[in-house]
Amino acid sequence: MSTRNTQGLARAMMAPSVVLLLIWMIVPLAMTLWFSFQNYNLLNPANVSFAGLFNYQYFYTDPAFFQSVWNTLVIVVGVLLITLIGGTAIALLLDQPMFGQGIVRIMIISPFFVMPPVAALIWKNMIMHPEYGVLADINRSLGFQPVDWFAQYPLLSIVIIVAWQWLPFATLILLTALQSLDGEQKEAAEMDGAGFVSRFIYLTLPHLARAMTVVILIQTIFLLGVYAEILVTTNGGPGYASTNLAFLIYRTALLGYDVGGASAGGIIAVILANIVAIFLMRAVGKNLDR
Amino acid sequence: MARAVSSRRKLAATVAAWAVALVIFFPILYTVITSIKTEGEAISGFSLIPSFTLENYFTVQSQKDYFKPFMNSVVLAVGSTLLALVIAVPAAWAMAFSPTKRTKDILMWMLSTKMMPAVAVLVPFYLMFRDFGLLDTRIGLTVMLTMINLPIVVWMLYTYFREIPGEILEAARMDGASLWGEIVYVLTPMAVPGIASTMLLNIILAWNEAFWTIRLTTTNAAPLTAFIASFSSPQGLFWAKLSAASTMAIAPILIMGWFSQKQLVRGLTFGAVK
Amino acid sequence: MGKIILKNVTKSFGATTVIPDINLTIDDGEFVVFVGPSGCGKSTLLRLIAGLEDTSSGVIEIDGRDVTAEAPAKRGLAMVFQSYALYPHMSVRNNIAFPLKMAKTDPAIIEKKVTDAARILNLTAYLDRRPGQLSGGQRQRVAIGRAIVREPSAFLFDEPLSNLDAALRGTMRLEISELHQTLKTTMIYVTHDQVEAMTMADKIVVLNAGRIEQVGSPLDLYNKPDNLFVAGFIGSPRMNFIPAAKAGISDAHTVGIRPEHIRISGEAGTFRGTVGVAEHLGADTFLHVNVDGIGTMTVRAGGEVPVSHGDTVYLTPEAGRLHRFNDKGVAIR
Repeated sequence: MSTRNTQGLARAMMAPSVVLLLIWMIVPLAMTLWFSFQNYNLLNPANVSFAGLFNYQYFYTDPAFFQSVWNTLVIVVGVLLITLIGGTAIALLLDQPMFGQGIVRIMIISPFFVMPPVAALIWKNMIMHPEYGVLADINRSLGFQPVDWFAQYPLLSIVIIVAWQWLPFATLILLTALQSLDGEQKEAAEMDGAGFVSRFIYLTLPHLARAMTVVILIQTIFLLGVYAEILVTTNGGPGYASTNLAFLIYRTALLGYDVGGASAGGIIAVILANIVAIFLMRAVGKNLDR
Repeated sequence: MARAVSSRRKLAATVAAWAVALVIFFPILYTVITSIKTEGEAISGFSLIPSFTLENYFTVQSQKDYFKPFMNSVVLAVGSTLLALVIAVPAAWAMAFSPTKRTKDILMWMLSTKMMPAVAVLVPFYLMFRDFGLLDTRIGLTVMLTMINLPIVVWMLYTYFREIPGEILEAARMDGASLWGEIVYVLTPMAVPGIASTMLLNIILAWNEAFWTIRLTTTNAAPLTAFIASFSSPQGLFWAKLSAASTMAIAPILIMGWFSQKQLVRGLTFGAVK
Repeated sequence: MGKIILKNVTKSFGATTVIPDINLTIDDGEFVVFVGPSGCGKSTLLRLIAGLEDTSSGVIEIDGRDVTAEAPAKRGLAMVFQSYALYPHMSVRNNIAFPLKMAKTDPAIIEKKVTDAARILNLTAYLDRRPGQLSGGQRQRVAIGRAIVREPSAFLFDEPLSNLDAALRGTMRLEISELHQTLKTTMIYVTHDQVEAMTMADKIVVLNAGRIEQVGSPLDLYNKPDNLFVAGFIGSPRMNFIPAAKAGISDAHTVGIRPEHIRISGEAGTFRGTVGVAEHLGADTFLHVNVDGIGTMTVRAGGEVPVSHGDTVYLTPEAGRLHRFNDKGVAIR
């Protein structure tokens, strides 16, 4: 009797979260899907008509689309590589005994808490500016020409900024995983005559595998949607050189007023994100069965 | 002998770690230093020694009304977090303490909503916000931030609640506590630390959210993300003043972040890494 | 008063039956131990009595009152959990006082009872600490204190010593036994450790796969085990089992002989074998002897016995100490 009561109560307690999220997700997604089959331009909102697959075709044949998909990939893969390799190295370093470890940790984790527009502006103005930036100062003092980062290497600049923001996250998670490695295991391996390198390859790396999977999947979700960093620095340019899929959709929708086209792009983005999501759910889902 | 080696090793690790940390932290440090330089110093080459002026901070406030976006950020971050907690605490509670076969599916589904790319629903939300008069309002944005963080809040609370051992609840029941007594005297005090860290992390996430806050606001409800983003070309606001504005925008959250390192790992990995 | 009667109690979780059908009477003031291997249903049985699980069918009576459908708190029982289940956010004082506060007892009385309990359990110096600051043994005592102040009609213990180290376990065993002698309240104690069962119990209930194998005093079970399971479970080292034919006995299927009931000789005896491992404990010597045609037999010899690996020895079971079992594993008397 009491058990049945509890279950009814439990359902009532879950209902608000579930129902609200469901509405919040389904309604806009359905609208996006609907718009993606319409000719709908905000400049001419009275004239809406069925477009069939035209929007998809339009988006698909737009050269900017392929460039943006490529750029999205470059950002995701580039940042992942930097943060994983750098994060592992820094985590290994932080795992050593040292003086002032607390302060070092605080400094390394800090970039993660910097809001994206501020991060982008700091890098744009303080660090990478071709006249006043610190990198330009360094170049000049070494006798080189300063680099105009955002004009010459727009995509690389974005990758650097975003990697700077996510490096702390990877480091922190890998460090947490590293610290959960059983000390006796390490000692046993040492007794077995394993050197630092073989201990890293046969013991540490397999232990970190799970944390790395989590880092890859979670970062990918966020990296697919990099937006503010682009908006503040290059605004997607020059041309489409630093436009990713998210930014292209934004451009189409709110700068081109093309609701239909942007919606088709949105549906494509959903499909891409879902492919990633499936893997993430599996990885996290396993953890639930503990 | 062994001691000498290990202390030399510790020294080497210290030097290396500090070097790496300073490089990573440098952009933030330099921003803070620049914020207390004069505008002239700020653009006259690399220097770590400012003239310690606070003038930029006053100018940012007097020229750009910094206080308004700052208060918007506070209201949005705190408001959306509290609202999310009100909705999520009962749900997480139910999932942790009377789980059913579907609990896991519901949790996974909630997680999956987090993966929908925001940009895919930008148009519908923009149009709905426009039609309901929610564009550039604190209410509209608070609701938005509540909903996008709700899955994380539910998840975090769930992982914390699940750690409260069942035997304690049984002990309370044996001790004659009613359901109400159980909640007031045993569960709530034990859940408070988890709720507090969830709150902390979500204030950070909401404070730094930089897609909807920029796209759905113009002036009235614009929080610091939108305020700072509007200076993408520094006309009228120069290096030192921009640094002062940036410093003020990140300082509170940076300090909160330092206190929430551990919860951060847990929260953002949905309990997969502890 | 604390007389507990279980009538045809059964418990299933979904399709799995944990307890098929149990009838048991526990008399007032008795110290009863439920013992059995893990998964035998002993903890479930205790939780059914506590009211933390609902019975699938059957009746539970406490002092003649049917409590089958009553809430745990209404049954007048107190429980000490395996993990102690102390409230981590409360001081020791408040932990012990909690059940009294829930019962809306007068603060002055609470104060007196908590002080008394703390004195009995040597916790007076720790009353203002949090459980996290206490050692395992002290936490255990707090859990017991929380149970005592309620003056329950029976105490329920769920493997309370399994998280303690061996030395502390011995001390706490003694303390709980002394507590029982002082309070003279019914105690039901669940353990998988037959030593705890033998040393503490007035009455042992041996459980296996949700069924009661035998109920009796420790020495009853030791001297007259009803079946192979009880014979093998009670006593350490374990009883030796030999196919009856090989021991030259015709009216049984299996015979059992305890290690301490075997005499050892260098010259002659019933069985001949070689010593595999000899464990010299000082007070006792355990010999693991490979007997020709039978296999390993364990022998417990008093004092120091000068034999070592590879020696040939002769073993003779003491007369009248053989246990005979039929082909269903039931004792033949």
